[in-house]
Amino acid sequence: MTDAPAPARRAGWIRITRAGWFPLALAVVFGAVAAVLPLLAIEIPGVLPGPTYLPGTLQLLALCLIFAALALSYHLLFGTAGMLSFGHALYFALGAYGLGVLLQRTDLGLVPAIAIAVAIATGIALALGAVSLRVAGISFAMVTLAFAQAGSVLVRRNAWLTGGEEGLRLDTRNVPEFLIGVLNTRNVYWVALVVLLAVFLVVVWFERSRAGHVAVASRENELRVRVLGLRPFTVKLLTFVIASALAALTGTIYFVLQSGATPRATSADFTLTLLVIVVLGGVGSRWGAVVGAFVYTLLDQRLTAFAASDAVAGLPDALRIPLSEPLFILGTLFILVVLFLPGGIAGTVRRASSGRRVTRAARERLEEAE
Amino acid sequence: MSAPVLVVEGLSARIAGQQVVEDVSFEVPARGVTALLGRNGVGKTSTIRAVLGLIERRGLVELAGERIDALPTHRIVQRGVGYVPEDREVFGGLTVAENLRLAERGSDATGRELVRELFPDLVERQAQSAGSLSGGQQQMVSIARALINRNAVLLVDEPTKGLAPLIVKDVADALARAAEAVPILLVEQNLQVVRQLAETVVVLESGRVVHRGPAAELLDDPDATTRLLGVHAEPGAEEGER
Amino acid sequence: MSTIVLLLVTGLGLGALYFLVASGLSLIYGLMGVLNFAHGSFLTLGAFAGFELARRLGGDSWPALIASLVLGSAVGALAAALTELLLIRRLYERHIEQVLVTVGLSLATVALFEGIWGTDPIYVSAPAWFGQTTELLGARIPNDRFVLIGVAALVLLGIVAFLRFTRYGLIIRAGVENRPMVTALGIDVRRAFTVVFAIGGAAAGLGGVLASHYFGYVSAQLGGSLLIFAFIVTVIGGLGSLSGAAIASVVVAVLQQFANFYWGVGDLVVVLLLAGVLLLRPAGILGKKVHA
Ligand SMILES: Nc1ncnc2c1ncn2[C@@H]1O[C@H](COP(=O)(O)OP(=O)(O)O)[C@@H](O)[C@H]1O
Ligand SMILES: [Mg+2]
Repeated sequence: MTDAPAPARRAGWIRITRAGWFPLALAVVFGAVAAVLPLLAIEIPGVLPGPTYLPGTLQLLALCLIFAALALSYHLLFGTAGMLSFGHALYFALGAYGLGVLLQRTDLGLVPAIAIAVAIATGIALALGAVSLRVAGISFAMVTLAFAQAGSVLVRRNAWLTGGEEGLRLDTRNVPEFLIGVLNTRNVYWVALVVLLAVFLVVVWFERSRAGHVAVASRENELRVRVLGLRPFTVKLLTFVIASALAALTGTIYFVLQSGATPRATSADFTLTLLVIVVLGGVGSRWGAVVGAFVYTLLDQRLTAFAASDAVAGLPDALRIPLSEPLFILGTLFILVVLFLPGGIAGTVRRASSGRRVTRAARERLEEAE
Repeated sequence: MSAPVLVVEGLSARIAGQQVVEDVSFEVPARGVTALLGRNGVGKTSTIRAVLGLIERRGLVELAGERIDALPTHRIVQRGVGYVPEDREVFGGLTVAENLRLAERGSDATGRELVRELFPDLVERQAQSAGSLSGGQQQMVSIARALINRNAVLLVDEPTKGLAPLIVKDVADALARAAEAVPILLVEQNLQVVRQLAETVVVLESGRVVHRGPAAELLDDPDATTRLLGVHAEPGAEEGER
Repeated sequence: MSTIVLLLVTGLGLGALYFLVASGLSLIYGLMGVLNFAHGSFLTLGAFAGFELARRLGGDSWPALIASLVLGSAVGALAAALTELLLIRRLYERHIEQVLVTVGLSLATVALFEGIWGTDPIYVSAPAWFGQTTELLGARIPNDRFVLIGVAALVLLGIVAFLRFTRYGLIIRAGVENRPMVTALGIDVRRAFTVVFAIGGAAAGLGGVLASHYFGYVSAQLGGSLLIFAFIVTVIGGLGSLSGAAIASVVVAVLQQFANFYWGVGDLVVVLLLAGVLLLRPAGILGKKVHA
């Protein structure tokens, strides 16, 4: 942190205004509802594959929670600090593979292994972030992409450690019994929920901290921050490292939930997926990131099921081929959102509820993110 | 008196969401030089850029009686608005000839002779890259780009900024020649040059017009000059910027 | 010695591919500030188009190869021009959204290619001469390398000539330097946007057909894997600089070949090189300014 004079808006989480409570209250309500889902038998045909108490459904919902947490960490980078990274998947993968390797090669228990995996990922984020932040804007995006790609190559090449293309399986020796097996999916679901809420709190806390304000300010006007005597570099690096650590944490839980990981988690496509989620939900909106993750994950799952269905198989080629590719539909949807729904889901909801036009504000937000 | 060539009414402009020009109104007569004055940072450059549509703007702008405030920049220029930007903005990687060729607008390009006559230096250096020229020569390229076409009005932004006194005179003389054929809106810090060229002045302060009138009247009133422009009108003193 | 020559020529061949992709990326970025993620798809589409045509014309004849090269670049140019006209143009000056649209396009098109041509690589055939070798300084060099290098050199010359001797070229060079000033000279710079997209797409489509012969196959992933290296090349060369892209393409590819042969770590060395360049010269070899 810098030791420059405190800005006038010295907001901390100590002085939380009434408006400041609202997101936290919403988080409590969300957490409570999500927490009791496994105990209920709610069915939403067309959205969920089955009633909410079934392991299959919970598995999918837990994936939604994990992606929501990951999207929140990406929101911190892109939405808050305006850093367009194409390499965020690297830190998620470091968490997942780090945990997998530690469990397989050491006798560490689950929690210490998670802590060490996250710590390693944080250290790597510090080093790579310091290099990447030598440049800004589009160059930053390309450089983070290159580093992530190197990570992906390393994972694929070093099969002795990572399982290569086959992927790495969860070694359950030191994993507590209550997290293993299909019947315990709901326990993993609850863990994922706790992680999501923890990530949410960290993000809220960071955004309200002095560093968070500086991050926002440097997104909007780097020059002004410099004039204030603050170093945007330090704050950006801090943001980068925190976002990466959170991504690594979600990666570890992902590894437990999926009982393993494949190199797909390291790929550039995976980061692009994150970008799609955040933009779909609404850049700059925390709830947008969460909702975007749910919509994307459920849609992806439903579209995959739809692609394999008889309804599609019977169509002529010109329709069957595009419809049987979920990513084609999602990519097209994404283009349409960018073109016609600036502000994504959150922006649209805000527009509808306030009746005022926020299109321009959302658009400017995106512009500023450059 | 004939109708003004350029009418600006209630013009406002923003840069990065910040209001830099606020409700500015003035006219540029169809003949001679009109000076747009004001301290550093009051919004002179922004006013010109707003007229050209280079920054987000609101308000009315009329060129020879027709509204141009909704047009994109290239269309405005095609209608006969010549622009000599602050800091010259020549294309350093292009040759002098290429800079001029880029500026030529087909049948409008009737000013080649005038350019050759005013800036013989440039003819000699036409194969040289513009980036390797001196500041004064670059300014001539920049002015030549505007003079090479037949225009209805020229917008000239601080053409003598950072130039040696001798060159300042050349530039001022060139503009005086140009002004015989086309009206000019001139932003200029050097009050001697203003005195030489301008008949009318418009003074801005924090994005608004605060004074309009004959040039001589303002320049002959030291108090008003100091108050409005923040400089002392000492005849003979050169403005030494940068 | 012969190994070194072989690695050098192979590296030059790979560098030629990188350049065919990076030249367009760099021009587009330089003029418009758009990072085009869909550029890899132009390449893949060109490769598939060339493959389909060559297959119908009987595969391994020279006319079929030349026809496939022509078609590949035409298809690449067309796809790129349409992308600019239909998607990029609507988001004029909104750079991040333009990047996002190309991201969406790249995801969607790769999925579509997989739907049409499947996920497995499809092997391509070429004139027999392609697979043979020519001896050069004691090294037996596969002939396709020479074709690659020759075509890339021609493309470089062609683009340079276009930039130097045409009015559009003049506008593009000026626009890369200072776009607002070009419009302030009364020029509609947006038409030049379509032109650079088309040129970049043509080079990428050509690169796609050549890449399919260099690697021996086409797949939906072909463009994406080359694109990442092309990104690295454009950053190292300096965003917006054509000559920077050319130099960096060769440096990166040759280095990659040598590192791969001797230590098997070509890709990592390239990323390290990128990190080194950023630390020493954030704007790249020939870049002028760091874009904030
Ligand atoms: N690119 C920019 N970004 C932010 N503010 C700007 C920019 N350009 C000018 N400004 C602001 O706009 C105001 C007017 O500037 P300008 O029109 O250049 O003044 P002048 O030409 O009268 O010196 C100044 O306060 C300046 O700080
Ligand atoms: Mg100015």
